[in-house]
Amino acid sequence: MKLTSILAGAALALGLAGAATAQDKTKVGFVFVGPIGDGGWTYEHNQGRLAVEEEFGDAVETIYQENVPEGADAERVLTQMALSGADLIFTTSFGYMDPTINVAQKFPDVKFEHATGYKRADNVGTYSARFYEGRAVQGHIAGKLTESNIIGYIASFPIPEVIRGINSAYIHAKKANPDVEFKVIWAYTWFDPAKEADAAQALIEQGADVILQHTDSTAPQAAAEKAGDVYTFGQASDMAEYAPMPRVSSIIDNWAPYYIDRVQAVIDGTWESDDTWDGIGPGMVGIGEISSAVPEDVKAEALALKEAIANGDYHPFTGPLNKQDGTAWLAEGETADDGTLLGMNFYVEGLTGSIPQ
Amino acid sequence: MIRLERRPAPSRAWTVATPLLAVALTMVAGGLLFAALGKDPVAAIRTIFWDPLFNDQFAAYSRPQLLVKAGPLILIAIGLSLGFRANIWNIGAEGQYIIGAICGAGVGLAFYPSESWLVFPLMVIAGGLGGWAWAMIPAILKTRFQTNEILVSLLLVYVAEQILASMSLGLMRNPEGGGFPGSRNFQQYPAASNPELIAGTGMHWGVVAAFVAVIGAYVLLNRHMLGFHIRLTGQSPRAARFAGVRPTRLVLFCLGASGALAGLAGLFEVSGPAGQISIDFNQGYGFTAIIVAFLGRLHPVGILLAGLLMALTYIGGELAQFMLGLPAAAIQLFQGMLLFFLLGVDVLSNFRIRLGRREAA
Amino acid sequence: MDLSAINPVILIASLMAAATPILLAATGELVVEKSGVLNLGVEGMMITGAICGFAAAVETGSPALGFVAAALGGAALSLIFGFLTQVLMSNQVATGLALTLFGLGLSALIGQGYVGIKPPGTAALNLGPLSDIPVIGRILFSHDLMVYLSLALVAGVWAGLRYTRAGLVLRAVGENHDAAHALGYKVVRLRLAAIAFGGAMAGLGGAYLSLVRVPQWTEGMTAGAGWIALAIVVFASWKAPRVLLGAYLFGGVAVLQLNLQAAGLAVPVEVLSMSPYLVTILVLVIMSADRSRAAINAPASLGRRFHASS
Repeated sequence: MKLTSILAGAALALGLAGAATAQDKTKVGFVFVGPIGDGGWTYEHNQGRLAVEEEFGDAVETIYQENVPEGADAERVLTQMALSGADLIFTTSFGYMDPTINVAQKFPDVKFEHATGYKRADNVGTYSARFYEGRAVQGHIAGKLTESNIIGYIASFPIPEVIRGINSAYIHAKKANPDVEFKVIWAYTWFDPAKEADAAQALIEQGADVILQHTDSTAPQAAAEKAGDVYTFGQASDMAEYAPMPRVSSIIDNWAPYYIDRVQAVIDGTWESDDTWDGIGPGMVGIGEISSAVPEDVKAEALALKEAIANGDYHPFTGPLNKQDGTAWLAEGETADDGTLLGMNFYVEGLTGSIPQ
Repeated sequence: MIRLERRPAPSRAWTVATPLLAVALTMVAGGLLFAALGKDPVAAIRTIFWDPLFNDQFAAYSRPQLLVKAGPLILIAIGLSLGFRANIWNIGAEGQYIIGAICGAGVGLAFYPSESWLVFPLMVIAGGLGGWAWAMIPAILKTRFQTNEILVSLLLVYVAEQILASMSLGLMRNPEGGGFPGSRNFQQYPAASNPELIAGTGMHWGVVAAFVAVIGAYVLLNRHMLGFHIRLTGQSPRAARFAGVRPTRLVLFCLGASGALAGLAGLFEVSGPAGQISIDFNQGYGFTAIIVAFLGRLHPVGILLAGLLMALTYIGGELAQFMLGLPAAAIQLFQGMLLFFLLGVDVLSNFRIRLGRREAA
Repeated sequence: MDLSAINPVILIASLMAAATPILLAATGELVVEKSGVLNLGVEGMMITGAICGFAAAVETGSPALGFVAAALGGAALSLIFGFLTQVLMSNQVATGLALTLFGLGLSALIGQGYVGIKPPGTAALNLGPLSDIPVIGRILFSHDLMVYLSLALVAGVWAGLRYTRAGLVLRAVGENHDAAHALGYKVVRLRLAAIAFGGAMAGLGGAYLSLVRVPQWTEGMTAGAGWIALAIVVFASWKAPRVLLGAYLFGGVAVLQLNLQAAGLAVPVEVLSMSPYLVTILVLVIMSADRSRAAINAPASLGRRFHASS
């Protein structure tokens, strides 16, 4: 008898989820993979959440949960959020993909937005940012600034997002300076500031005078500042506290416009599942102010490149481009399709070393 | 002057009462903390301890989740408790958990897309063996070279994490996953998956295994010669040697058993609730289980209860975070406090508090 | 691949900085364990020291005051552990792990207002012409004050344990607390002092990360350094000079593997990434396999509870 009552309770609770949403306030949930105090990825998503609160005031209530491990815990957190009456839930890490889809099946009336994934459903949309567009601008500035012709790159794990960034930066650094060489260090961790500091140090000692990073801490900036004549770029947030030297520009994650737009759609009842992959143009990828340490002409070129990417005149992956092994990838004038870019797991021609598999 | 006087035998009444007293003290201290953070303390405490069990909106879902969360903790803690009783220190259950998951998942993925009922039992065996083998490294280094098992088992956790990352990015990466890291999802591979056995109860094979382990450990420690040897070695290594205990075999058994159970926990987790091998598959169960083992006073039934209590604070803590906007850090702090109180008030079951001066006997 | 790009002199100089947080924390834990107490909460004390030091340095503008605050913060946190394990006689392993949980939570709460701030810089010590001496100058005379302080502390702990009366008593307490008590030594008081010292050292190690090495505050920024410090104490078989060896070995391999990656060595990255752990295990196995020198050095009362029952 007890078992059946539990089962009945479960069915009831799941059935009631729809009814619970019938409040006047729109409830928006956010699930974060790190702490909101990480100063990087999660911090910027939380800034987006705060912007939603600011924009809508009393019409919207936001709830969030930080430090949610991917896998079983994510599925539970999502279910509980849906049970609590959330109308729209943003799941902000790739690893939440399958849990999001699973929970979305149980709650057809709740809308879900999953960041950086590729699985969609009627009530699950996906969104991501074309950070590689920002990498192109960085690559150009880096190629112009380097005097040792060695550019260091601190990467986290060899996932398509990171590889895309390396390729984009390399292509544009090479265009600006044909002699340029990339040294890549894989930290093999998402988060370990001390290791980032050591990696930056190692790159500087081996002659790199520009350092690009796909990790979120300011440790490489500090190492560069100490070395004196090394240039860096801010990552995720502006890192303006290190401007004008060593930080000469930055890539900023700006989720606020997108979040506000999607919340508005839910309020208006016009929300539909779709796949958004926005870049510099719509403002999802911001380019931080190019500092006075960059010569005026280089700055002008970088801004022109940014402008061309923003208004769609130029695609950072435009042929002729070969893969690292020399096989042809894109013909003259051809641009890469999103599918290939999304799953990118190869280097372009000219990069040395291999991608860890 | 306050003085502690050792009781001849632990007080039964206090053994039962101390956990309740600790929870009560935590509610007071935690309430002060939440009030200091500007939240309603009563609501916060109720959300953490009451809502996961009895709230109309959540309980039907949250209650079974207690088992899902507690299952791996209990399974690992039972194994660890055997070694801890004999002063054999396996601090690296996290690593054995990872390797168990990788080995079990590897077998499952190798047979994809088989529909044979044999796949899952084979995965279980591989998972247990994987964890066992990983624990054999510190065990053999200890018995052969007297290398300290604390250091080896702990550092092997980091090695296992690197192997996990490498597997998710390379060998086990889902070929249909568009280049993204992570293996196929076992939830969509029926022959290899570990689903909920009865819908809405949270029971999966890992929870069953945890219960079996509790009973098995209880029988082993109370009814079996080996259990006696384990307890004897912990209390008096010299007496144990006189009683014919062979330390080498005991080290191999205790580390092997705890490794195998941790490996099983990893396998049941990856094929069930977690669903896939990914870079961040592990989330500290192996370390939390050490606390669970001691919180349960290394006793199988105690571990069962301690595991459920830990699970409750996790799930209740999650609810408190998004219902009341408490930061995750406050929940961590709160959990730390609860553990402090639980461990601290334990003194009452072993000691009597005497007030006033020491009297002449 | 161009291994000539790796300059061994610079490598040694940078491994010294990289190993300093672990070295400080491990030296503190060594003293704690020598007194017969096992405190697994090093990670929690380090991160608490990291934020206490960071906050104090930002508020006062003085990194020196930051380090003082870090030591005080770490010591204060460790005394929670001390009270529970020494006065209430709780289990040390579990209490230490709980301390880590508590410290991670506490530091994150304190640190909420300090994300995205740059702390005041810690000036490099200017040793003038000494740092211009080839090879030795770079290795020995190019560091900040904390690196030298950490070395001085290791030497101090070594000498203190070996040659002073307090050190002798501390070791006696760690070897046999009942006998030490019978001789009239205040076991609990001594252990509390050792625990507080361990906490202060862990706090300094954490602050070195947040004020010098990184320098930034982010939640969980110690990223497991406390656990490595614990392993190093075991590695050292409870001897101060070997703590130095262990910390520099671990830090050295960690820095070297990054340099090898940058130089394009054709070894899988995951193998390089796990190399610091594997090398540490391997060296310990080699050292402990040599039976004549491998006296089991763990203090005999390590982790046992003490109650003055007489």
